Formats: sequence, C-alpha cells, structure tokens
Amino acid sequence: MASTAADPHARARAYLATRHHWHWAEALPWLIAIAAFFAFPDRMTFGTQVLVMVLFALSLDLILGYAGIVTLGQAAFFGLGAYTVGLLSVRAGYGEPITGLFAAAAVAAAVGFLTGLVLLRYRGLTLLVLTLSTTILLQEVGNLFKDITGGYDGIPGITIWPLLGLFDYDLYNHTNYTYCLVVLAVLFYVVRRIVYSSFGEALAGIRENVNRMHAVGSPVRWRLVIVYTISAAIAGVSGALFTQTSAYVTLGVFDFDRSAGVMTILILGGTGRLYGAFAGGVIYMLLEDSLSKLSPEFWQFGIGLVLVLVVLFARRGLFGLAQDLGDRLRRKPA
Amino acid sequence: MTAALEIRDLRKSFGALAVTRDVNLVLERGARHALIGPNGAGKTTLVNLITGVLQPSAGHVLLEGQDITRLLQAARTRRGIARTFQINQLFRGLTVLENVYLAVAEREGVCNHLWRPVGAERAVIEEALAHLDALRLADDALKLVRELPYGRLRLVEIAIALALRPKVLLLDEPAAGVPSSESHLILDVIAGLDPDIAILIIEHDMDVVFRVAKYITVLVQGAVLTDGTPAEIVADERVRAVYLGEEVHHE
Repeated sequence: MASTAADPHARARAYLATRHHWHWAEALPWLIAIAAFFAFPDRMTFGTQVLVMVLFALSLDLILGYAGIVTLGQAAFFGLGAYTVGLLSVRAGYGEPITGLFAAAAVAAAVGFLTGLVLLRYRGLTLLVLTLSTTILLQEVGNLFKDITGGYDGIPGITIWPLLGLFDYDLYNHTNYTYCLVVLAVLFYVVRRIVYSSFGEALAGIRENVNRMHAVGSPVRWRLVIVYTISAAIAGVSGALFTQTSAYVTLGVFDFDRSAGVMTILILGGTGRLYGAFAGGVIYMLLEDSLSKLSPEFWQFGIGLVLVLVVLFARRGLFGLAQDLGDRLRRKPA
Repeated sequence: MTAALEIRDLRKSFGALAVTRDVNLVLERGARHALIGPNGAGKTTLVNLITGVLQPSAGHVLLEGQDITRLLQAARTRRGIARTFQINQLFRGLTVLENVYLAVAEREGVCNHLWRPVGAERAVIEEALAHLDALRLADDALKLVRELPYGRLRLVEIAIALALRPKVLLLDEPAAGVPSSESHLILDVIAGLDPDIAILIIEHDMDVVFRVAKYITVLVQGAVLTDGTPAEIVADERVRAVYLGEEVHHE
C-alpha cells in the first residue's frame, strides 16, 4: 500500500490514460472465434447465427449497458436492416453485400434518429412500452404492404452477389462466417472507441444520475439521440447480415421474442461490459440449439431457468461472474 | 454594475398551493448571501427555480442582466449557474475522478468527442485533479463514489459545482448531516472560494450562516419575511418568533 499512497496523482492520471489500452485477455474471444472456424467446419451456419446475435446484442449494450436506455424495441432496427437488404435484392435487383450493409445502417439510423427525438423524452416503463409499440407498428405496416414485404411468409428469391465480387457463398457457410466475423470486429472497434471516449463517459454519467448531468450542463437528450442512432445503425447491420447469410426474411424479424431475446443475452452475459454480448450471445445460442434438440417445445424453459439463476446469483452476468472469480484467484496467492 | 443574479417577483404555484410568493433577491458579484427559514419555507424550491429544474408561474430570473427564465437547466449551467444538492446527486458507480472529470469535460464541450479516448484529454484530467486537490480529495480519486463516507461525498458535490467555474454558486445545505468533526473542512473550503463568485447558501446551522454570510434573506411560507445583515437579522423579533426555540441568539 505504501507505493500506492505515494503519488495519488500519478495513479489517477495513469488510470484514465491507460484504461482504453488493449488488455491481452481481449484477444481471447477473437481467438476462440477463429479456432471455432477450424474446429467445427461443418457448423458454420450455426456459427454465423451466433455472430449475428452477438453483433445485435452489442448494439443493445451500447444503449442499455452504457447509457441506461431500457428498450424492448431493438428488433425494430434489426428488422429494418434485414428488410432493406431483402427489398434491395428482390425489388431493385441489387445484391452487393457491403454497400447493402451501409444502406441498412442508413435506413435504421434514420428511423432511430427520428423515433429517438420523440421517444427519448421518456424513461423507464413509459419508454419500454413506447419502444415496444414502435416495433409492433413497424411490423403491422409491413403486414399492410404484404405484396412488397411478403408478410409473414417472407420474401423468396433473395440473391446476394459474391463478396467483393470474389467469394461466393458455399454450402457450409465458411464465407458467411468469415464475413460476419470481420464486420463484427470492425463494429466492435467502433463501439469500443465510443465507450472509452468522453462522449462514452457522459453516457455513463446519464446512466448513473441524469439529474446531475442536467446540473453540469450536459445536453442529455441530444447525447441520447446520438447514441440511439448509432445503436440503431449497428442493429440494422446485424439485421442485414441476417438476411444476407440466410437469403431469407419474414416479418418475424420484428417479433417481440427478438427484442426480449437480445435483452436476455445481455442479462446472461452482463451489461455495460462490451464482452458481455459475446458471452451471453454464445451461451444463449448454444442453449437454444441444444435444448431445442432435446425438447422442441419446451426449450425456453431451460433458458428461463438459467436466466433466473443468473439474476439470483450472478447479478453482473456470467461475464461479470468470470471476472469476479478471476479476481479472487489472482488475490489468493498474495 | 449589473448584479450577478437577480430574481424579480418570482412566483411558483402547484395548483392552489403557492410555494414561492413574489420573491425578489439580488446577488451582487462576489456576494455571500444566506437564505434561511424554517422547514417547508420553499428554500430548495427557490434554488430549483433559479437553476431551471422548475419553471416559475410568474416572474423573472436574470443572470448578469440577461433574462434566463425560459432557458433549460443545462443551458443555465453552461451560462454560469452551478449548484450543490441538499441530497447528494452524484455518479455513484463512477470514480471520484470521473465525477469531476465529467463536470470539466461538459463545461469544455469535450463530451462531444466520440472518438478520442478520455485518456487523451490531458488538460481536462489535469484540471479535474486540481479540483480534487483543492478539496483534499486527491487520495480518493480512484475510489468509487458509493464507497466514500458521507462527509467526503459532500465535498465531491462541491468539487463538481466548482469544476463548472460558476459565476453564481448555489449551496443547498452543504454541511447538512456532516459530523462537526468534518464540517469545518467544508466551511474552510467555502471560506476560501474565489471572491468573485456570487454565493447563495441555504443552511439551517446558524454557525455556518454567520461564518459565511454577509447578508441574509429570511424566507417564510414561500415569501421573504425580511432581509438584512447578520446583526440586523439576529435583532429582528419576527425572525426570533419564526425560529422559536432555535438558536439564533448569536453574536
């Protein structure tokens, strides 16, 4: 303790100056993702689905975990992204994947910005209901224009052009997996930059005490609208990847289950900790996959049980639990 | 010279209940002004009206001669009104350093930076540390706010307000609930504040009031009962009557 008490300034300075530096452990999830590619070459369809969910959960973590915006409407942006790509392909005959992602991001961001301007005046339960209703409204609009959207039967015949004009899609989804992993890595980097910026710090301030943020002169609603828009764009990209990799989309993408599922993922993994989306996404998808094989009708019971256990015994999520255990192990020898 | 802060005929009603009645108050630059009154007199309401947490039913708030009555709270803060809260309003899950960092960063517009890491904002970090030094909080810089004892939290409240470099500082019972062994530290801090800042302090503890204030306004049931120098207030029979049983018999 003597050395720590010596210069509190240096310690404090070092803490803020270095906390955005990369920790070696942050390489682990990426190494695991790459290892999975070689270890389970025949399970890449499932792997692709996991990556899409992780990206979707990451988009929610940015607003829920960091800014404290509790929403049940994140599926709206996922669905918008999914449909942007689907309609571009089927109705406009345009299937270039990467510009498709940008288009999906733009559409989702635009809707996120406009709805955010209105919805983010509210908090708590009101916001929860409003975000949920927005999603249902979008879904019903899609249903109204069934001849364009294909309704709940979906749009058939989505064709996505080869990636970069080079890599076509193979039966085992190796291209898709790699493609999604690269997109996830790029957007993860973006989210990480934001989280460790002063803007990200302000989001934490809003989460911790919105009254105090007003009282330090922060344009709170403006900050929330900006982060909500960014989150919508990322959710839009995840939806676009969903359509591109499954070549299929129905109005089911707007389902309440999807908003609730992604919330479950974050609670499982831990909110506001970047890698919680990874831990939660992988565990959720593995549980869903194995439990639904075990019992196609009651698999959600298993997820529910795990959720209850996590909420009771690991309030900071499984990733938080792992961190705590790691800290304890490290402390023991000393 | 225009006053730092001026309140004109300020009135606030909730339905039929008038909680602020035609209050007039002037804070000159560098003022050391206390607002006293029994519980429920509407002191905190007045602070909320000045800072923009509440909108008045009638009347005006002027900052350096400019009407700010219609401005939102955050906009008023950016123009130079800072406050501390009677009940701590801190970022409990963040470190003390981050609490003060946020105040400095919002003042400087640094929180608009989405891409630059906090660690790269050297000037903001240094200023936040300087504010912590001034309030002898540097040793606690990396502690989470929720881990600090109450007396220290009151200091963090003040540190955040000062980090906004206010022209007008509103202190809502800064030493309330702090054991007397620690409250002298808070008093020393207030006594040592920049003489250019206009200060309005709400306080029940008359020791604190008489040590800090050069001028006192007495608020009763939302209206100004009287105002004057500490000596005048002590001599006022009506004030004694209001404070029946409370210790105003000070030198």
